[in-house]
Amino acid sequence: MKLTMTRVLTSLAAVAVLASPLAFAAGGANVHLDEANINLQDKASLQSGARSFVNNCLNCHNAQFMRWGHLTQIGLTEEQIKANLMFNPDAKFSDYMTTALDPKDAKAWFGGVPPDLTLVARSRGSDWIYTFLRSYYVDPSSPTGWNNDVFANVGMPHVLHDLQGSQAKVVVGEKISHGKKEAVTKLAIERTGSMTQPEYDIYVRDLVNYMTFMAEPSRVKRTQLGVGVMFFLVVAFFAALVVKREYWKDVK
Amino acid sequence: MASGTKAAIAPPVSGPVGQVIVWVDQRFPLMSLWKGHLAEYYAPKNFNFWYYFGSLAMLVLVMQIVTGIFLTMNYKPDAKTAFASVEYIMRDVSWGWLIRYMHSTGASMFFLVVYLHMTRGLMYGSYRKPRELIWILGCLIYLTLMAEAFFGYLLPWGQMSYWGAQVIINLFAAVPFIGPELAVWIRGDYNIGDATLNRFFAFHVIALPMVLLGLVAAHIMALHEVGSNNPDGIDLSKNVDEKTGIPKDTIPFHPYYTVKDIVGVVVFLGLFSAIVFFAPEMGGYFLEKPNFIQADPLKTPEHIAPVWYFTPFYAMLRAVPSFFGSAFWGVMVMGAATLILFALPWLDKSKVRSIRYRGPLYKKFFASFIMSFLILGYLGVVPTTVWGQIPNALPVIGGLDTATLASRILTAVYFAFFLLMPWYTKKDIPNELPEPSRVTA
Amino acid sequence: MSAIVKTNVDPKMRRNLVIGGCAVAGVAGASAAVPFVGSMFPSERAKAAGGPVEYDISQIEPGQLVTIEYRGAPHWVVRRTPEMVAQLAKNDDLLADPISAKSVQPEVAKNTNRSIKPEIFVAKGVCTHLGCSPTMRKEIGPADLGADWPGGFFCPCHQSKFDMAGRVFKGMPAPKNLEVTAYRFADDKTIVIDADAKSDAKA
Repeated sequence: MKLTMTRVLTSLAAVAVLASPLAFAAGGANVHLDEANINLQDKASLQSGARSFVNNCLNCHNAQFMRWGHLTQIGLTEEQIKANLMFNPDAKFSDYMTTALDPKDAKAWFGGVPPDLTLVARSRGSDWIYTFLRSYYVDPSSPTGWNNDVFANVGMPHVLHDLQGSQAKVVVGEKISHGKKEAVTKLAIERTGSMTQPEYDIYVRDLVNYMTFMAEPSRVKRTQLGVGVMFFLVVAFFAALVVKREYWKDVK
Repeated sequence: MASGTKAAIAPPVSGPVGQVIVWVDQRFPLMSLWKGHLAEYYAPKNFNFWYYFGSLAMLVLVMQIVTGIFLTMNYKPDAKTAFASVEYIMRDVSWGWLIRYMHSTGASMFFLVVYLHMTRGLMYGSYRKPRELIWILGCLIYLTLMAEAFFGYLLPWGQMSYWGAQVIINLFAAVPFIGPELAVWIRGDYNIGDATLNRFFAFHVIALPMVLLGLVAAHIMALHEVGSNNPDGIDLSKNVDEKTGIPKDTIPFHPYYTVKDIVGVVVFLGLFSAIVFFAPEMGGYFLEKPNFIQADPLKTPEHIAPVWYFTPFYAMLRAVPSFFGSAFWGVMVMGAATLILFALPWLDKSKVRSIRYRGPLYKKFFASFIMSFLILGYLGVVPTTVWGQIPNALPVIGGLDTATLASRILTAVYFAFFLLMPWYTKKDIPNELPEPSRVTA
Repeated sequence: MSAIVKTNVDPKMRRNLVIGGCAVAGVAGASAAVPFVGSMFPSERAKAAGGPVEYDISQIEPGQLVTIEYRGAPHWVVRRTPEMVAQLAKNDDLLADPISAKSVQPEVAKNTNRSIKPEIFVAKGVCTHLGCSPTMRKEIGPADLGADWPGGFFCPCHQSKFDMAGRVFKGMPAPKNLEVTAYRFADDKTIVIDADAKSDAKA
């Protein structure tokens, strides 16, 4: 069988197809993840998310690699940031976004130090965080009274429960999996919060949008620059090709 | 030799530049290097797609060195500040994010280019006499490159950096008798820590790049000493021009291949830039997700896997069971898989060099070898449970993970390509097509 | 002969193509150099560390000098007495550059007092000769400096002399008056030293 270019490329494509399931976003135990629909150009969403982040997350979590000053990239002015987001009067505009929670207290109260969140959108993924924040349910058997479909036995309580309300895990049916009977469950609201579910989804989506920005502030600039670079390389390709063809006329 | 001045050559260009060249050439073999390696290095005229990857490998080496130098301007090789210094580069250093992505993408591209370059060597018999030394130097470059990548991967001090290094260093601990002591010596401590990070930094930034540059120089010098092979694998010195002594089917490397390689460079930079600017993480294959979490000796990530370019060997390592209480057999198989490459020039007993003129037996073995390498690569990335279990009822193999069984079979196929080669290259029907006397397109 | 057969070679075309190709390569090279060269400029962290420095001057006694660090260099804030300020106009004969024509200061400090408010003197405490930090000698005519000494700053390294507005005396090793880094009054009791301030400070 002739080892042609076509056959080599087809084989490589076959391997790529085999490997592609890995690219599917996967939760810890094959939990389906909802899409967060990130849009880093939506400044209003990013600003709303920044406010949510500062109000809800910085109480316990650090964002130790993110400078307050870099929030100007989402369209906020220095005055707006200082007035609305920086609650520590001693903090300078060039400081990093850190929490006031002492790690020793965190260990005592929560059993562990809440992880830094600057890069969590890259280590776990935006879709993961989006689904996580919407998958809490009441669980009396856990230390916090909460559990989570995406992160079983998580040490963090449902910080946003006054917005979403609380969900309960209800059994809606049965299925056979690997030869065993398994319950099919769903999360359903048992007590409403101050937001409707669609409102809460948008609130969380904006927060995740902001966290995605925070994980890589240079991302928008990167893709924009990339377009210019690719365009230039197309031009350079034709320039190089023309020179090559001219000289290769000599080759017989 | 008398220390008189060498006779001046005629200026190759007019004007002051020409005069400078003449001056230098009397004191440095400038023109003889230029002619011997470029303007009068005659290479076969039928170099095809597979011949771009040598010059591309050199390009990637230079890019890695340059981006690496600029990263070391801001990176801190200290366990307490390494991870933060990478984020500092990404956020606070002007253009730091671009230099970082170029370096991480370049690392993966280096292996892609080198694997394709090695495939060319396999296909066209470029390792055959008189090019055995070029092949050996190339294998040494490959080993050095793997070590360079391994040392470099610890530097970001993420979870995968730490735990990947933990796994690999524990392989050395599996060596009989001296293993545990050896692992302590490599680490410089009882566990991977600051001492390990600092020395890996020294290896990655200074020691191995110098070794790589030396080996690459030797690799090219060895090539130019005997001349390039060609896709037909035929000996071009059999057909020389009477007057000039130059083989008939060759062309000077400069300007023809310099100009052609530049086209290759631009296409490569297109692929490279597409990744750097649009998908530097490459779905978690080039920048692995756990590495965005700082190294934590107390918490192991769910899946520890090496970067994609090591995964074929990792799959072999995992596939070999423990014998007599030692896990070292897997290490030996993995090591043998790399080292057997060195033996290739002496395993191949065929009368022809290039795959184009070999028989069907060789082509089957070759295709199986490539497929086994690629599938083993895939299996090295996924958990061993990915294809389920073999039914318990079956004898011997019952209860095994299907992927483990597949890895064992594929490892055998991989080794069969080499170990059976002396037999099947001799036995093969000599030529499907006869070897030509002049090169084909 | 090798496999090269040069028929109908147009050397002008080749030369022009090579020049064109080199131009494209030049653009590529220059663009590629930008990120590398750019990365060597001060990073955000360096800029943050070198950001404006505020200081409360309300506690400085008349005749007292305080030293603050700004961008790694000592900066002085001196509350000059009315006598010190009055003396400045009389020093011209001793000075190499009484009108500060050659020295570095913001426009607003290009005057006899070399300051925004006459009694508050803010300057970089680094001798313009070779970089030592001079000492303030505010007393008039001490034994070691001579009866003519009007009060000022004295550099111990090579004995350069400056008056109480940092103006260098004639015949000194130091070539220029002391540098005044751009500063402004945020309010009556706070100064902000900020070398990157865009417009000149209001008094």
